[in-house]
Amino acid sequence: MTAIDPTAHLTSEQIEELGRELDAIRDEVIAGRGEKDAAYIRKVIAAQRKLELVSRGVLLFSIFPPAWLLGTAGLSVAKIMDNMEIGHNILHGQWDWMRDPKIHSTTWEWDHVSPSEQWKHSHNELHHTYTNVIGKDNDLGYGIMRVDEDQKWHPFHLGQPLWNFLNACFFEYGIAAYDLELGKNLHKRRRKTPEFRARAKAVGRKIRKQVLKDYVIHPLLSGPSFLPTLAATFTANLVRNLWTHSVIMCGHFPEGVQVFERRSIEGETRGQWYLRQMMGSANISGSKAMHFMTGNLSHQIEHHLFPDLPSNRYAEVAVKVRALFEKYELEYVTGPLPKQVFSAWHKVFRLALPNKETKAGAPDHGKELVAA
Amino acid sequence: MVTTPLLPSDYLDLVSPLRAGADLCGRIEAVHPETGDAATVVIRPGRGWRGHTAGQYVRIGVDVDGVRLWRAYSLTSPTHRRDGRVTITVKAIPDGKVSNHLVRRVKPGTLVQLDHPTGDFVLPQARPAKVFYLTAGSGITPVMGMLRDSELDDVVMVHCAPRPQDVIFRNELHDLVAEKKLRLIEVHTDTDGMLDIARLDELVPDWAERETWACGPAGLLDAAEGHWTGHGVQERLHTERFRPGIVVAGDGGEVTFSASGKTVAADGATPLLDIGEEAGVLMPSGCRMGICFGCVTPLKAGAVRDLRTGGITEAEPGVLIQTCVSAAAGPCDIER
Ligand code: FES
Repeated sequence: MTAIDPTAHLTSEQIEELGRELDAIRDEVIAGRGEKDAAYIRKVIAAQRKLELVSRGVLLFSIFPPAWLLGTAGLSVAKIMDNMEIGHNILHGQWDWMRDPKIHSTTWEWDHVSPSEQWKHSHNELHHTYTNVIGKDNDLGYGIMRVDEDQKWHPFHLGQPLWNFLNACFFEYGIAAYDLELGKNLHKRRRKTPEFRARAKAVGRKIRKQVLKDYVIHPLLSGPSFLPTLAATFTANLVRNLWTHSVIMCGHFPEGVQVFERRSIEGETRGQWYLRQMMGSANISGSKAMHFMTGNLSHQIEHHLFPDLPSNRYAEVAVKVRALFEKYELEYVTGPLPKQVFSAWHKVFRLALPNKETKAGAPDHGKELVAA
Repeated sequence: MVTTPLLPSDYLDLVSPLRAGADLCGRIEAVHPETGDAATVVIRPGRGWRGHTAGQYVRIGVDVDGVRLWRAYSLTSPTHRRDGRVTITVKAIPDGKVSNHLVRRVKPGTLVQLDHPTGDFVLPQARPAKVFYLTAGSGITPVMGMLRDSELDDVVMVHCAPRPQDVIFRNELHDLVAEKKLRLIEVHTDTDGMLDIARLDELVPDWAERETWACGPAGLLDAAEGHWTGHGVQERLHTERFRPGIVVAGDGGEVTFSASGKTVAADGATPLLDIGEEAGVLMPSGCRMGICFGCVTPLKAGAVRDLRTGGITEAEPGVLIQTCVSAAAGPCDIER
């Protein structure tokens, strides 16, 4: 619902043609999925487990500063791998085709306080279906932020840089609360419904287990290194939270990304759905290691077009998708991580204030920041 | 608690997948060709293996092109092989994904999933005095397990194969014949034609007095059952049938929702999610467009078509489908 619709030059035939071209890209990858892809995810899972084991082992001696540093760094990376390249992608069903019951969207549980089941509902179903539709996609500002000029300003939004920072630090708890739709459920006194209570209980159980493991059992196992291990696990969780929050902010918040009105998706065709995913997502450019550590969510555009394709294929898909953006003269929003993070944060700050009225009375969209 | 949300076994599996207590699996140690299209696969089963009885089969889960597929194969090794290995002997069938993979491509060192052996196509505790084995093609495999396992006094075998070189275990069989442990009649169907069951009177005159184990294609077994029943000696015949008929994918069909006990007709274009909901079955759902994986449900029998790609998925143990983008491709059974 930006003032200038960047897709206005496309006819509806073109949009459907675009949809068919994207379907063809998807079909090609699906037909080519095989042994190499399966070997890839197994290798990543094995590497993550080994790294976590070794790091926790090293932390038993975290009373020595070098061991603390090494163990904390290793554990942070292991936790990021678990959440991003492994957990997020498996829970999307990206690896269900392998028919391995241990690497399956219906059985996978991750190192995160939000139970997989609930996260799958709010993320896969609500966010991915209603990407960037105001009022339907709560990822848009997590219900605590204003992310578009057309959203009504409220003095509460003055604090949003602070909320966003706190959310980043305790991101996994933020997500758990968000999966529970805590805000809504507290507001409307819906806390008493059995359905909500069952879900809240599940979250409570998961939090208890996670906290017990990270902040009680492992520190206890470390004996004299109790406090350093506690600090190390806290740090690793913090690093993981800040990192995932940053990556995720880059997916939909940077300047140049479009948001949509509730009404605009009524009777949406397949082509239009694809187009909305294209215009509603942004990528992060960078090295292979960078793509890996973001769980390939650096290919957010490709991920939103094809959320169930194996993540290791997004890089090759991106080349074809980008060519389509060019063919249809659409803007492919991408940039290096610092730039995208800055852009997203800039928006958070800007929209904390009410809209600046320009001469014509139209909102200023900060076009100078649109990523090229 | 130490490893939550994983289990300690998730870590142990990395180093010792065959240990006691792990999900049962085995490591392929060698593959020996038997004929042009059959091979014996030597497997070292994990510690949890409970052993088998000669004649039984085992279900094995093999990753072919990254996809885990399960098939049942007869065990061809004797019950107490000293090295603890077991063997299956696989004949590659045209277009058979698993059989071709095992015969031609699988590498020693590969891990496979195993179930415990099962099946009642076995010799009784009290060994019968006179035994007759009637086999064709790879139907010889369970019988080979029995031949290798226990020596019997009086054994006759009629085995059918297209040509002499297609007879699996031919050398070993001929050795047994030379040692006078077996009387063997080979029927080479390319030159002799299909075995006419009425010829048994001439091939094995005392067939009706023998305890018989028959294994082979459905045609042979149907004929044998008819023949034995016709002579009123059906209790002497034990048969083992191969995999029940291949699913033929069609367009629409009867859909059974087995958990709720409902059966409805479905066309080939309506998502099974809609079909189920219309029939009043409680179906999990989400995006209804194939992206959230909130509707995955086991496919117990039959086949479904992916409405996006046209791809067919056949029921196999462990197969789950997205009901919102799948339609019936023939009769099928959905666990809802
Ligand atoms: S309902 Fe979302 S994948 Fe079927």
